[in-house]
Amino acid sequence: MIHSPLMVLIGRRVAAALATLIFVSLAVFAIAQLMEGDVAEAILGQSATPEALAGLRQAMHLDQPAWRRYLEWAGGVLTGDLGHSLITGLPMREMIGARLVNSLTLAGLTALVSVPLALALGIMAAVRRGTAFDRAISIATIGIVSVPEFLIATLAVMLFAVTLRWLPALTSTRDVHSIWDLVRVFALPVFSLACFVMAQMVRMTRAAVIDALDTSYCEAARLKGCSPARVVLRHALPNAIGPIANAIALSLSTLLGGVIVVEIIFNYPGIARLMVDAVATRDLPLVQAVAIIFCTAYLILVTTADVVTILANPRLRHR
Amino acid sequence: MRRATTSGRIGLALVSAWILVALLGPGIAPHGVGEVVHLDVFDGISRRFPLGTDYLGRDMLSRVLYGARYTVLIAFVATSIAAMSGILLGLAAAAGGWIDMALSRAFDIIIAIPSLMLALVVIAATGASIPVLIGTLAIIYTPGAFRTARALAVGVMALDFVAAARARGERLPYIVVREVLPNVTGPLAADFGLRFVFIVLLLSGLSFLGLGVQPPQADLGALVRENIAGLGFGAPAVLFPAVAIASLTIGMNLVIDSLPGRRRR
Repeated sequence: MIHSPLMVLIGRRVAAALATLIFVSLAVFAIAQLMEGDVAEAILGQSATPEALAGLRQAMHLDQPAWRRYLEWAGGVLTGDLGHSLITGLPMREMIGARLVNSLTLAGLTALVSVPLALALGIMAAVRRGTAFDRAISIATIGIVSVPEFLIATLAVMLFAVTLRWLPALTSTRDVHSIWDLVRVFALPVFSLACFVMAQMVRMTRAAVIDALDTSYCEAARLKGCSPARVVLRHALPNAIGPIANAIALSLSTLLGGVIVVEIIFNYPGIARLMVDAVATRDLPLVQAVAIIFCTAYLILVTTADVVTILANPRLRHR
Repeated sequence: MRRATTSGRIGLALVSAWILVALLGPGIAPHGVGEVVHLDVFDGISRRFPLGTDYLGRDMLSRVLYGARYTVLIAFVATSIAAMSGILLGLAAAAGGWIDMALSRAFDIIIAIPSLMLALVVIAATGASIPVLIGTLAIIYTPGAFRTARALAVGVMALDFVAAARARGERLPYIVVREVLPNVTGPLAADFGLRFVFIVLLLSGLSFLGLGVQPPQADLGALVRENIAGLGFGAPAVLFPAVAIASLTIGMNLVIDSLPGRRRR
């Protein structure tokens, strides 16, 4: 089993992802070195004595060559020791930990809502290709893909929170006492994020199912008298699973960009807002740490997409 | 050439309107960009202020007319740099060899970093200024242009007339410029438009987060940000800059879709 071509393919893909991650971390580290002036000066201010600066540089290992600092940083990240924030001086593990859970909750809820809905809409649009329903879906998804993320969130707040007053405009997890509260608090951020993620997923699902429906075996199934539902469920879908799973993983990776904007608009205490604040205060260690978390999540999703595509191809399974 | 579709015409009209605004905007604005002209902040739509007033009581129409210039010009310059370097490197890589290997691997790393994340790290390290923004946006979207150009050129390189040119003894620069390039201009133009849309969206997103164009200058994304407090009052000052961005990007998408040789399924 270990030597099956499938395992070799997947192993190769995962190894490539790990290698990419190493290079990405190098790139992030290198970009962070572009900061003009040095970190010790940024902490102590311009009136610091040369002795104090030298002392702090030594304490922070700034006097060491860049490659050693990279190795130390990377080693720290691997063992879960992210170091300390430049601005607050707190250990970053504590700053990031709770917020990471918040962000994952938001992302998880969004995925839970958007994946089934997007699949249903995408498959329906493909089956009823050319109808008014299909065209409406096409226009809506193109529209959503081509507007900025914050427009959707802004419109949603205006409509549901300001005009209709159904939902709160800000997200505060402290007020959650029941399931109903949870739904109310998360409705708007999840809706805005889901719109964005779904648009792409629907388009890609539709294209994958249409590709499958256009094949000669689906034509044959139709000619021998299969019902349309049977053609879609038994003949087209099993062959479209690979591209669809690929579409899901790729669309979920756009969640990472969307989550930044949505956390800002709804004042949601997640990791992306921490990142934006860190960029504004130029807290580079914190920026590096969050960037690596995001890049890892992104690589995991993209690699999953590839692995699923490999797994879903029966030709590779029986060789 | 195929006759332009209705949606293509609408798109062309939207994009040309925004180009005109970017060129002439400050000339036709009724008020100065920083001029406080009204006592009511977040005022609604009126005859005097067609798009309402902003959080300081400035005329929103003038703010949008000035702001569009930053959005369109920054995005255009960044897209041009990205497309130019992407196409040059892509054509160079299409010839194969170690250049191809090195460039493809290097760009794979940039693609593996989510674009907003990459922009945030660069801005954290260097600070947000317009040259940094243009450079960052260009670097983020060069790999995509490179991949498109390379894929297109590799396809053309395999065709018979290139083999004929090779057999004639033409040198590589001649083959690339005279034989390959004329056959890929259409798809490259579509790619340029698409990349422009991505860059407008990313730039607006950055400015919205307060990390793009810095005050007192303001592009369309920054206008949304500075007026976000008006969201609770349903102020038009929040809505219109966002709608302006949307009309620019949707218009560009419509134009791309109506380009000859591109058919939607």
